[in-house]
Amino acid sequence: PLAREAEAATDKAEAALYDLPPFGNVSLLHMTDCHAQLQPIYFREPSVNIGVAGMQGQLPHLVGESLLKAASLRPGTAVAHALTALDFETATRRYGRVGGFAHLTTLVKRLKASRPGALLLDGGDTWQGSATSLWTNGQDMVDACKLLGVDVMTGHWEFTYGMERVKEIVEKDFAGQVDFVAQNVKTADFGDPVFKPYTLRRINGVTVAIVGQAFPYTPIANPRYMVADWEFGIQDANMQKFVDEARAAGAQLVCLLSHNGMDVDLKLATRVRGIDAIFGGHTHDGVPLAVPVKNAGGTTLVTNAGSNGKFLGVMDFDVKGGRMVDFRYRLLPVFANQLRPDPDMQALIARVRAPFEAKLGEKLAVTDGLLYRRGNFNGSWDQLICDALMDVQGAEIAFSPGFRWGTSLLPGDTITRELLMDQLAITYPHATLTEMSGATIKTVLEDVADNLFNPDPYYQQGGDMVRVGGLSYTMRPDEAMGSRITDMRLNGKPLDADRRYKVAGWAPVAEDAKNAPGVKPVWEHVEAWLRAQGGRVKPRTLNTPKLVAMQGNPGLLGG
Amino acid sequence: MPDPMRIRAQSAGDKTTVKVLMSHEMETGQRKDPAGKIIPAWFIQQVTAMLNGKPVFTADWGPSVSKNPFLEFVVKGAKAGDRIAITWRDSRGETRTDEATVS
Amino acid sequence: RAALAAYSTAAFEAKTIPELMKALGAGTPVESKDITLTAPDIAENGAVVPVGVSTALPGVKRLLLLVEKNPSVLSAAFDVNEFVEPAFKTRVKMGQTSNVLAVALMADGRVLYAQKEVKVTLGGCGG
Ligand SMILES: [Mn+2]
Ligand SMILES: [Mn+2]
Repeated sequence: PLAREAEAATDKAEAALYDLPPFGNVSLLHMTDCHAQLQPIYFREPSVNIGVAGMQGQLPHLVGESLLKAASLRPGTAVAHALTALDFETATRRYGRVGGFAHLTTLVKRLKASRPGALLLDGGDTWQGSATSLWTNGQDMVDACKLLGVDVMTGHWEFTYGMERVKEIVEKDFAGQVDFVAQNVKTADFGDPVFKPYTLRRINGVTVAIVGQAFPYTPIANPRYMVADWEFGIQDANMQKFVDEARAAGAQLVCLLSHNGMDVDLKLATRVRGIDAIFGGHTHDGVPLAVPVKNAGGTTLVTNAGSNGKFLGVMDFDVKGGRMVDFRYRLLPVFANQLRPDPDMQALIARVRAPFEAKLGEKLAVTDGLLYRRGNFNGSWDQLICDALMDVQGAEIAFSPGFRWGTSLLPGDTITRELLMDQLAITYPHATLTEMSGATIKTVLEDVADNLFNPDPYYQQGGDMVRVGGLSYTMRPDEAMGSRITDMRLNGKPLDADRRYKVAGWAPVAEDAKNAPGVKPVWEHVEAWLRAQGGRVKPRTLNTPKLVAMQGNPGLLGG
Repeated sequence: MPDPMRIRAQSAGDKTTVKVLMSHEMETGQRKDPAGKIIPAWFIQQVTAMLNGKPVFTADWGPSVSKNPFLEFVVKGAKAGDRIAITWRDSRGETRTDEATVS
Repeated sequence: RAALAAYSTAAFEAKTIPELMKALGAGTPVESKDITLTAPDIAENGAVVPVGVSTALPGVKRLLLLVEKNPSVLSAAFDVNEFVEPAFKTRVKMGQTSNVLAVALMADGRVLYAQKEVKVTLGGCGG
């Protein structure tokens, strides 16, 4: 009887949260940046997501209460928990895990049943981010996406499996089922298209074009050698050409499936005409609204659907007389407790994991503190990685890349190898130990800071600031490049521009780094360090820069 | 003998887009070898395009044009079957000519 | 025939834009919306940066591509005549973040240009 009651409660909750009345005649479902999380997980949204210049105080640079207020949402609700870091631990214990492909499948099936002809769009960063995706060369996610019913996809971290692997999946696994679209990927020799720029679909009598935009800075943010024969870039003019071409071919609705990041999409929407809506990813912004942006052709709606399988964007369009006349948008949180897992997807996940279960479940330590990654400057997970690398490598300073993926752990949770690999599973995982002068360290920090805080979004790359262990500094996000970083100190003493320091790091983009003598993947070092902690890892002391001139910025929790 | 160029010439209406990939080190004269000795400059200085044997334009290049240079230009009035020839001459006086048919 | 002008070593050795204009016997460049420069916002590879210059203006004699902070500013010069469109693309090396300029030398002596900053970054990060 108890089980039946629990089931009834689940049914009721599901109905309340997920019973969206259908609207209009064309529906698009959007998931993005799940980072290969097949299982339900915890994921803490950022408490620091600062916007400067024109982006200050604007979506997506709102966190906590400011974000809820902008979307007219009440604090203390399930939706508020999904979107913010407010009371993260308490709320997480209450609402449970998020995402999971079996739960997502149930939600997608429900929505497709009430919205005949609906397409499922996958914004990319889907094949990377977990141990099983790395160990199966992305195959687990490819099979899961096919079973989930992805119709159209674009990419970013997908490319870190190399050009041949991507082509193999797109041309063989996806043939006849998933369209991989990317108007901005061209061959490096004569500039020929590598993928279809867009796909045309007929939905309830309406011709719909989905144009693809892969992450424009893949060869910079990730190792170039992995995509050596391809060029990327934003390519506004090329985009306009394909939007016009799609309209000329009869498209009454033109949407962009983008991995630009939200700030870039917001700027692009002012420059390119004829796009009805942009379904965006990359910056992992869970934005509960579609932001209207005016341009010479009318208005473009810009959305971003978060990360880690936490959300599904549901866009219902009313297309009449050859154009879009109205819409409804909802960003639905995927709560694993509120959705029954789909048995077929659950079976696939079990099958994928079976050969690795023992390895995945191996216990490395128990964490006394909350472990999370997201935030502009640091997360406790990255602090742990920096602490481990400094200890194990005997370095004074550590750098950890500002990745925005990586699951969270609550105090008292066991760090299994699977949860560690959620932070580290990449195809260029080499740990590095280099000597850098104080001047070089400053150059590196300024370079990354400009990628995050350049006032022009087209000069941003969409990651967070490099995480820094050992070194303290002051940061002025609204300054120009070269002047944002000041007062760099090591153990209280100013950094000497000419002295050389031992710096530990990982994820080098240069190809030769993997051939350094004795080089190991980063997880070997962190595992060794975790095992040396005697079973429990103390809460980390977060090393974050002293921020200047950011008081009251609504991209700061309590700011 | 330097490697041949890859040339693609495609006409659309009365315009023909020509894309050329040349094989050349384009050494800047700024780099040092592992022993610390400056590697002397060595780069393509002049590129000439001909349509059916008649010169159509010349480009002058410095050493900051990338290694294995790329060139794209549009010729007026060419049609399918016409011959496009490209000649380059480098700072050592070496030259190479290759041809393609407009398609 | 299109005359094969002598290669101007002085132009390709010019360190600054004024020096270059002097070497070319040209006047002071004026910014113009009629000149189109194509260049990426961020270079994917500083050693291979795709750049292009074009214009719809009649009366163009020569089109140039410049990288302000390179050791020598002039990368490429294209002679324009009635046989070709005033539109050229190539790829250039950039050692650091710099303005890139597309310059048109006009038959009437005007020197027109368009410019944009191309960022050369160390790379590595990711959302
Ligand atoms: Mn991404
Ligand atoms: Mn991502």
